[in-house]
Amino acid sequence: MALTDKIKSVTKSPVWKSIFRHDYKDTERNRYLQILSNIWLHLHPTKIARHAVEVKYTWGMGGISFFIFLVLTVTGVVLMFYYRPTDQYAYHDMKYLMNDVPFGPFIRNMHRWGAHAMVITVWLHMLRVFMTGSYKPPREFNWVVGVILLVLTLLLSFTGYLLPWDQLAIWAVTVGTNMARATPLLGHEGPLGPQIGMKADNDVRFLLLGGTQVGPPALLRFYVLHCVFLPVAIGIFLIVHFWRIRKDGGISGPTGKV
Amino acid sequence: MSDEKPEGQGPTAGEGAEAPKPAAKPKPAASDSLGPEVRKAAPAEVGAVPAAKPVPAKPQKKEDGLRRTAAADESETNIWRYSRRDFFAKLGWVSIFSFLGVMLVGTLRYMFPRVLFEPSPLFRAGFPEEYLPGTVSTKWMKDFRVWIIREDGKIYALSGICTHLGCTPRWLEKEDKFKCPCHGSGFYRSGLNFEGPAPRALERLKIARAEDGTILVDRSVKFELEKGGWENPQSYINV
Repeated sequence: MALTDKIKSVTKSPVWKSIFRHDYKDTERNRYLQILSNIWLHLHPTKIARHAVEVKYTWGMGGISFFIFLVLTVTGVVLMFYYRPTDQYAYHDMKYLMNDVPFGPFIRNMHRWGAHAMVITVWLHMLRVFMTGSYKPPREFNWVVGVILLVLTLLLSFTGYLLPWDQLAIWAVTVGTNMARATPLLGHEGPLGPQIGMKADNDVRFLLLGGTQVGPPALLRFYVLHCVFLPVAIGIFLIVHFWRIRKDGGISGPTGKV
Repeated sequence: MSDEKPEGQGPTAGEGAEAPKPAAKPKPAASDSLGPEVRKAAPAEVGAVPAAKPVPAKPQKKEDGLRRTAAADESETNIWRYSRRDFFAKLGWVSIFSFLGVMLVGTLRYMFPRVLFEPSPLFRAGFPEEYLPGTVSTKWMKDFRVWIIREDGKIYALSGICTHLGCTPRWLEKEDKFKCPCHGSGFYRSGLNFEGPAPRALERLKIARAEDGTILVDRSVKFELEKGGWENPQSYINV
């Protein structure tokens, strides 16, 4: 008895009531309000269709991909406390994190495994959407947005791969950017590129690397791309992707259930 | 499910004499979750009623240039379609987009630095006498990624960058070939590609005798076999 009284005295206090302005008796209307009038929750639908949780149909891979993306963002920010994107320090900072920081290996591994996992889950999501025909009208444009998201995911993987600045990283990026120089029009060794004045010091490979070789400018550029530019871009397209799903009536379901 | 439909225009000052076309009024979509749309179409119908005179509702004549034909009732003296306000509005938008355009171009240019701190492409490779005839020297591979080959009265410098995807091949003396560890591209001592995925021969680099007799190699000037570069006298030294 004393406990409930104590709780009541807390929940009726001015401090409490200034933070939590009202409570909700369990009515239908209040169930809606709990979602709609909450700043953190109000983007969610107040109700979802029963078929939305049919995992055998949906696989849940889109949601899992988004969850992994959030894990990557959080672990990524945490990793930023111990990493300097310079020629002199990058590899050293990674070694320091792995050996001298408590839970350092854990955070780094979460990030690395999460990155690999997200690539797999987005492909599975794409496969599921294709197999269930969920790209058909009115959802065609959302498929296009999804493909853009796929490309951004792969670019995030590519830029992140360079950051440990070890042999694996440097040569992987060498190979990747050497492919970039063979791009039509934009690369200095691709078709039509040299004809419009592309050289080793002004083509798209130069833009990516900030130089003609994989060196310190490339590391810094890839770091900024990986931590700022690509996450913002993927965030923008995620917003469009989720909005489109809401507008189309939620996740697609088996035939007859929309 | 459709997106928002375009709303009907309200009446503009110069078109009060005309009855708006009733068929063009869109109704708000019933499934729109944003709530009931303001029926901007309604005032137009109300406002047009008192002004509607028995003038046949015909479309306005096509203007030539910026003039338009005077309205039937001649209550207006302004016959130009383009006002001062329109001019300044257009000027404002042009300014905004010019500014944004310049910012965009500036940002793009910003991404291409003028000065690079990469190691100099030039290096000295000792005297020609240090290289025995018929040999491939790997002396400069670690520091400069270049082989010096002396063969048939010529000394030339081969770039140690595999033409496939940029790894560093190895010189295999016993098998008399360069072999790339990445994907297995193989090159003869001349630099010619003969096996594996390499699409072109290894590049030869500009090589010359300096004033003091030493060999000077410039890694920034490349000569490709496929473009006839190996015939270029800058790509070899005669000994």
